[in-house]
Amino acid sequence: MEINTPFFKQRAHDALKDENLQKALGNLKAGFPEKRAIAVERMPEFEELRNQGRDLKNHILEHLDLYLEQFESKVIENGGQVHWARTSEDANRIILDLCKQVDAKTVTKGKSMVTEEIGLNDFLEANGVQPVETDLGEYILQLRGDHPSHIIAPAIHLNLEDVSETFHKHHNRPKSDDPAVLMQEAREVLRDKFVAADVGITGANFCVAETGSTIIVTNEGNGDLTQTLPKTHIVVTSIEKVVPTLEDMTLFLRLLARSATGQEFTVYNTLSTGSRREGDQDGPENFHVVLVDNGRSEMVGSEFQDMLRCIRCSACMNHCPVYGAVGGHSYGWVYPGPMGSVLTPQMIGIEKGGMLPNASTFCGKCESVCPVKIPLPKLMRHWREDEFQKHLQPKAARYGLAGWAFLAKRPTLYKPYTRMASWFMKRLAGKKGRIKKLPLAGGWTDWRDMPAPQGTTFMQAWKEQQKAGEQP
Amino acid sequence: MPNTPSGPRVGLFVTCLADMFRPSVAFATVKLLEQAGCSVEVPERQTCCGQPAFNSGDRKTTADIARQTIDAFDGYEYVVGPSGSCIGMLHYYPEVFDPADSYYQRALDLKSRSFEITSFLFDVIGADVLQDQLKQLQFNHKVTYHDSCSGLRQMGIKQQPRQLLQQVQGIELEEMEEAETCCGFGGTFCVKYPEISNRMVSNKTDYISNTGAHTLLGGDLGCLLNMAGKLKREGKQVEARHVVEILAGMTDIPAIGEADYDLAQQL
Amino acid sequence: MSAENTTAMSRAAILGNIRSGLNRSQDDSQRQQAVSNRLAAKADNLIPARAQLPFAEQVELFKAMIHEALAELIELDSLDQVPQACADWLSSQGIKQLISASDSELSTLDWNPLEQQQILRTERVAQAGDIASLTSSFAGIAETGTVMLHSGPQSPTTLNFLPDNHLVILRRSTIVGVYEEAWKKTREKYGNTMPRTVNMITGPSRSADIEQKLQMGAHGPKNLVILMIND
Repeated sequence: MEINTPFFKQRAHDALKDENLQKALGNLKAGFPEKRAIAVERMPEFEELRNQGRDLKNHILEHLDLYLEQFESKVIENGGQVHWARTSEDANRIILDLCKQVDAKTVTKGKSMVTEEIGLNDFLEANGVQPVETDLGEYILQLRGDHPSHIIAPAIHLNLEDVSETFHKHHNRPKSDDPAVLMQEAREVLRDKFVAADVGITGANFCVAETGSTIIVTNEGNGDLTQTLPKTHIVVTSIEKVVPTLEDMTLFLRLLARSATGQEFTVYNTLSTGSRREGDQDGPENFHVVLVDNGRSEMVGSEFQDMLRCIRCSACMNHCPVYGAVGGHSYGWVYPGPMGSVLTPQMIGIEKGGMLPNASTFCGKCESVCPVKIPLPKLMRHWREDEFQKHLQPKAARYGLAGWAFLAKRPTLYKPYTRMASWFMKRLAGKKGRIKKLPLAGGWTDWRDMPAPQGTTFMQAWKEQQKAGEQP
Repeated sequence: MPNTPSGPRVGLFVTCLADMFRPSVAFATVKLLEQAGCSVEVPERQTCCGQPAFNSGDRKTTADIARQTIDAFDGYEYVVGPSGSCIGMLHYYPEVFDPADSYYQRALDLKSRSFEITSFLFDVIGADVLQDQLKQLQFNHKVTYHDSCSGLRQMGIKQQPRQLLQQVQGIELEEMEEAETCCGFGGTFCVKYPEISNRMVSNKTDYISNTGAHTLLGGDLGCLLNMAGKLKREGKQVEARHVVEILAGMTDIPAIGEADYDLAQQL
Repeated sequence: MSAENTTAMSRAAILGNIRSGLNRSQDDSQRQQAVSNRLAAKADNLIPARAQLPFAEQVELFKAMIHEALAELIELDSLDQVPQACADWLSSQGIKQLISASDSELSTLDWNPLEQQQILRTERVAQAGDIASLTSSFAGIAETGTVMLHSGPQSPTTLNFLPDNHLVILRRSTIVGVYEEAWKKTREKYGNTMPRTVNMITGPSRSADIEQKLQMGAHGPKNLVILMIND
């Protein structure tokens, strides 16, 4: 996928001015945070589940190589194959090869962010294999030539009218603005695609080392049709998704739905283990798991290791005021919101991704709702440290910071300087008590007044008061 | 001035925004601490907590400033300041030192001694210690309270200011929608991403004015300057004050961004 | 480079990166022991109190939760009543077809009631266009009102997804409190090899992809009817 992350600021600007987008983003709050809050309320042990989720993920990461090997051997034991892909290019080539092996013309796809990450659809199409997205949101986007703006609600940036027009254009049916009718249309159109597909590609929410199973979690049932009907099922997932046992998977399932959609449980939680068994009347004859790395293994042992705990629930972006203001496309690549602001620089490089970890007030709401307690603000700060060391920040910001630091480290210079600044701003405000336009602070005064200081510093006033106290 | 203090010796962490923009907030903090029986001193060698450097990724400057602050506040039983964000920064100091560095232990020690003012009064000194003074205060207005992010999520400040405010006569607290959502200040964020910041603070001022409150209260001047500046620009008739101004009975001083007041002339 | 080579080289590189990231010492036996212990123990993590109840209350919880998940419940006294219940429900919907799993539990029932309503029952995998299916289930999970189904030669997975309406037989005695109990029962039955597909289903298919507003019946069944046998 094209990388537009360096243009975050311009994209955010456009997003804030886009009335349709702003209307669509208005659905976010009732759609996610409010439901999550209710679900958490109903589960008194939620906080302890989060602690256990964090600890278990840490255990897994400390033993990641061993759990991956165990998972691999169990998949093979059950008649499946495991393919390791260090890069997106490797993953795409492996998947294309698997499609060619069964002479695939079309592949159906369940919702998978990893396949977005590796740019699978474009690659398959360019090589003569037609991918068909089957998740309703992803399907809408594919028809529009668009990309997800959210990791679990891909079309959240669209309104009913957009979907209505898109379907009218592509389905050759009368235009409807009834969501139920639109969904029925998609159901009918995709039925034939499910049946015709030669290969089904899904992601995996977790890979269970104990059994060699992969699990997908969906509400629509599209993932199940995708993986059950075609001859070949390819699971495209990433290395950090492995969990030790079914019990361990269960811990994360309890966290996932509640954190994501605020549901008690997602409608379909489906475990796939190997290929079709003897005597089975359906199910895939070939079962492949593609384990994508794409920079993740380098995060192990680094200051970003905590990010590998992520279970892709989307709670961080659902609660993020920046995401809520500008939407997912502003982030310019696959993963938006706070988790994207940590992951994107790892995958596309800090030189291109540096805008994102800076686009945070460090309000900490993301960390407070994260089911595995990833310290997202801290990880974003680590990226800023990386940028600082590489001198990647804009010159004005670097010099400004250096000037301020020079004073802040010298209290005897700092005090007269702040006194002067206070006095100067006070004069600038005149009698109004606020400043409408402050030189060098346009970022502030373009949008809001600058309340005037009280005329001198506390340090000065205190000193004078103390002096007066001593000499009554 | 109250009687000779018998309580703990407290070093006031002024915070750079109170120092430069609103010294009355620091004076109110001193007043509350003295009412609570503390002896208050203001160490000369303090400047800023170092948060701008910390959040810009400049660890060296952060560590330099942290050392300066640790030295300045050596020996005080408690360190108290009128900001969850700046005191929260003091709590981050251990992160900027290698555990082998001699300042690491001292940073941990400073962390254990430093408190935001409402949390100090309520959690350390005790909920009822100011009840006599607070009972005598009158503030016959509806107020709404913004929970600043660091105070709320890092320092656990939520009930403390509210419990203290409720002891003031005549005050009516009306909670706004999304009281716990960031106002968009974010230190350098508001100048790095002004348009996004503006959207966030605009949402905030809508929620504030929806309550019909006369006064917006909060515990952090950064957020308050941001919200007050936006309220003024939008022409909304809501005053903004730091919570200590109410608790210390210092509401005769004009609210943030209100008409003329010159501290220099008062001295 | 061949695909096999790519994946072998990637495998070595990925595992190598992880190991060097973890600063793995020469003697790795402790880590290996920790992994085998965890895999062998299959220990429970925290289990919420919600479903840790006497059996009768677990059943009540199950019923409340499937109601919340918008599944339909029909309670029956015995398995023999299933054909009549199916006939009644299908007629009420004007459905003339029932695609059925072929496990002996189902095959041996007296299906006359369906014939009387001119409803055709067929034992096969599901196909696009099928209107209704009937399957058994392995367990009910009270915690969230979830039914667990295992795939097998007599219970093809497509029956659970392709038809518009899915009727599921659940024996009351197979209801458990929490997922963990269902895993233990699964291991008891299958040993070390899981069924090819395990479905945990909680209500009918749905999507909120259009403006975050919930619509029922996305790609899976629009109705989930649980025929609970009070055995």
